[in-house]
Amino acid sequence: MTNTGQVKVANSVNRAKGLPGLVEDWSSDQRAFKNVSWRKAMMWIFLLSDTFIFSIFLLSYMTSRMSTKVGWPNASEVFSLHIGHTNFPLLLIAIMTFVLISSSGTMVLAVNYGYRKDRKLTAIMLLVTALLGATFVGMQVFEWSKLISEGVRPWSNPMGAPQFGGIFFMITGFHGTHVSIGVIFLLVMAQKVWRGDYDTQKLGFFTSRKGDYECVEIMGLYWHFVDLVWVFIFAFFYLW
Amino acid sequence: MVETKNTSPPSVPPAEVDEVELYHAKSFWTKYVFSQDAKVIAIQYSGVAIAIGLVALVLSSLIRLQLGFPEMFDFITPETYYQFVTMHGMIMVVYLLTALFLGGFGNYLIPLMIGARDMSFPYVNMLSFWIYFLAVLVLVGSFFVPGGPTGAGWTLYPPQAILSGTPGGKGLGIILMLVSLALFIVGFTMGGLNYVVTVLQGRTRGMTMMRLPLTVWGIFTATVLALLAFPALLVATVMMLFDRLLETSFFMPSLVEFGDQLSYGGGSPILFQHLFWFFGHPEVYIVALPAFGIVSDLISTHARKNIFGYRMMVWAIVGIGALSFIVWAHHMYVSGMHPYFGFFFATTTLIIAVPTALKVYNWILTLWNGNIHLNTPMLFSLGFIVTFLNGGLTGLFLGNVIVDIPLSDTMFVVAHFHMVMGVAPILVVFGAIYHWYPKISGRMLDERLGKIHFWVTFVGSYLIFFPMHYIGLVGVPRRYPELGDAAFIPDSVATLNSFISLAAFIVGIAQILFLYNLFWSLRKGRPSGPNPWRATTLEWQTPHTPPAHGNFGPELPLVYRWPYDYSVPGASEDFLAQNDPGPLDSESST
Ligand code: HEM
Ligand SMILES: [Cu+2]
Repeated sequence: MTNTGQVKVANSVNRAKGLPGLVEDWSSDQRAFKNVSWRKAMMWIFLLSDTFIFSIFLLSYMTSRMSTKVGWPNASEVFSLHIGHTNFPLLLIAIMTFVLISSSGTMVLAVNYGYRKDRKLTAIMLLVTALLGATFVGMQVFEWSKLISEGVRPWSNPMGAPQFGGIFFMITGFHGTHVSIGVIFLLVMAQKVWRGDYDTQKLGFFTSRKGDYECVEIMGLYWHFVDLVWVFIFAFFYLW
Repeated sequence: MVETKNTSPPSVPPAEVDEVELYHAKSFWTKYVFSQDAKVIAIQYSGVAIAIGLVALVLSSLIRLQLGFPEMFDFITPETYYQFVTMHGMIMVVYLLTALFLGGFGNYLIPLMIGARDMSFPYVNMLSFWIYFLAVLVLVGSFFVPGGPTGAGWTLYPPQAILSGTPGGKGLGIILMLVSLALFIVGFTMGGLNYVVTVLQGRTRGMTMMRLPLTVWGIFTATVLALLAFPALLVATVMMLFDRLLETSFFMPSLVEFGDQLSYGGGSPILFQHLFWFFGHPEVYIVALPAFGIVSDLISTHARKNIFGYRMMVWAIVGIGALSFIVWAHHMYVSGMHPYFGFFFATTTLIIAVPTALKVYNWILTLWNGNIHLNTPMLFSLGFIVTFLNGGLTGLFLGNVIVDIPLSDTMFVVAHFHMVMGVAPILVVFGAIYHWYPKISGRMLDERLGKIHFWVTFVGSYLIFFPMHYIGLVGVPRRYPELGDAAFIPDSVATLNSFISLAAFIVGIAQILFLYNLFWSLRKGRPSGPNPWRATTLEWQTPHTPPAHGNFGPELPLVYRWPYDYSVPGASEDFLAQNDPGPLDSESST
């Protein structure tokens, strides 16, 4: 969409300040959110809907966990790594979380360089973000195979309640899918930035619309959301 | 001279957003098949929804064949009966009404009514339709797999939904149903994001939120509800698919089936019910709110009066939408819950009646002293108000725990929800089609056929569903293919059942009139001109009828007023269109 990223608030219209201003803006003509482009609004609303999906997943997890007859496995035992002769509880997951949170940092940098129209650095930061995301997914695959090798299955679990396996694979899988989709989009976007599509206003292959560096920020919104969700999953699965 | 709405020269704020470059289709395929034009997408959505709706109508006739004349038809076994009931309910609610109101009317009306050239994201909009189409294909496919479609009831309650005792439970039926629902949700989300963003961010100059036609308010709020309610259904379908395919036990307690202990254990069927109804109740309003909005516009236009209490109407729509998220467990009174929860959900349910009743009063006050044109759209709107009131009143009974418990799972409930969310919204769909058909096709539908269609459908629906209340009150349970000789069931029930079935067949056949009218008028109908109803909203002010690609001419319309300036004193006609600056000061004061 051309130019919808640019912000033009009509100066000729005097708007009230504070709460009345908020109400006035919301119901004013043309746009409810004055400084927000269409695509950014769309991403926010999508994320709201997605928040409901994850919340409902987590709520279902909590109810299941509270209603099983067999005890829930102990997180610090199940999710521990044996290195040498010592057991490191939550070591892997700590690294995974660290990687994902760092990727949020590089994403922020990408957005920043994007707005400075620094093509190369933006693309590099996007690539680094994608790489960190892929590393996260890779470690998740490792964690899954470790659990599977220990006999955890969606339908059964030698360490306690059978629901543990199902819910763990389902929710981390759903989140991992989000990360993987994000990685794909990051790679596509990095390529576009590298080629300079956002500078030459090249039309999108599917949508036939022009992009600009705001797209990087919108990608960032998604990416930070996926990180934030991970914090909750981490808290509810690994610390509870 | 009586005061008109504007006393000072109208001012319109400057444009905040530059015009978007529209995608211009070059070939037949991109113009009519993989179209990115919301109007074409709307017609695709409506066509598919109506087609699959006809399947649901045929299924309802099959249900009525069995109920009216039990033991006469060998091809209807208890199993097929359950399949008919399930598919009938699911198709009607999700694949017909939701898709038609939001995908059909939403796509056609939102951009036109708010003065936009198209939806904000035409490409995503196109994907939305095709994924919906795929969902319908998967659904239809389930009729042809071994074992047939699922017969679990449209609520798909586990554990029975995925056990071998239920038709389709161990076969592909339930799997295809769940996959189809998941696809529907994905497709809907793509469309829904479009509708919400377009309404919020894509309005024309002068079109404030408080100048939106109520139709747009209804569709907008319903879409927000859908975006927040469908996640619960999505999660439920995913978890049930896991239970069915991977033998997880999210919803499955330990079970013995035909003497065998199943591998399930420790899951909670009640959890599914919560998830389902957290979606299911807002779903009722997803089909009701667009109907509310459309009816408001229809009666205002055809009674030549401004809507009574516009602000109240808007707040009622928003309030009903918000409340609809905290009433879901009124569908679960018999599932067992803490009495305090029952109390809570009964209270919230009854509170929803307040804004709803307010809307009904406002419709009546709009009609009051109006110049009522009893044409087809108006007749259907009046039919809606009466029917909705009727269904709403039985809803008040069912909302109370002690009244609901004996009535739960009886035909009384079936009669109730058909009144509020079956007949009432369908009447609005018809009214809306009679109203907007001239804009879509440039020709009027035939009034005489339309009136016959209305009276048969309206009276017929009452003949079908009124006696059903009584049948339910004497205790006839729902989802029973046959009643046998239970002592508590009087003979009158069998007679009434045959009577209802006859009425249902007549209503079903009468819909052929409507379809005929649709196709006949496309060629032979009276040319309508751009604004046959002399309506105020922007879709009637387009330079072309049917509206061309891009909807409006080179300039987008400027909006000066709300959409309900009918019978305005001092105006040259009896209405002022939203983009009409109105009689100038000097003229009106002379
Ligand atoms: C000619 C019109 C219709 C007729 C004659 C009809 C008839 C019926 C009957 C007799 C049943 C209950 C069967 C039983 O419980 O044993 C039923 C169920 C149902 N109908 Fe309709 N119906 C019609 C239209 C609609 C419409 C427009 C909707 C849209 C909301 C709808 C939604 C449902 C639902 C949700 C169920 C419950 C299915 C279940 O129990 O799983 N019906 N219908
Ligand atoms: Cu409800």
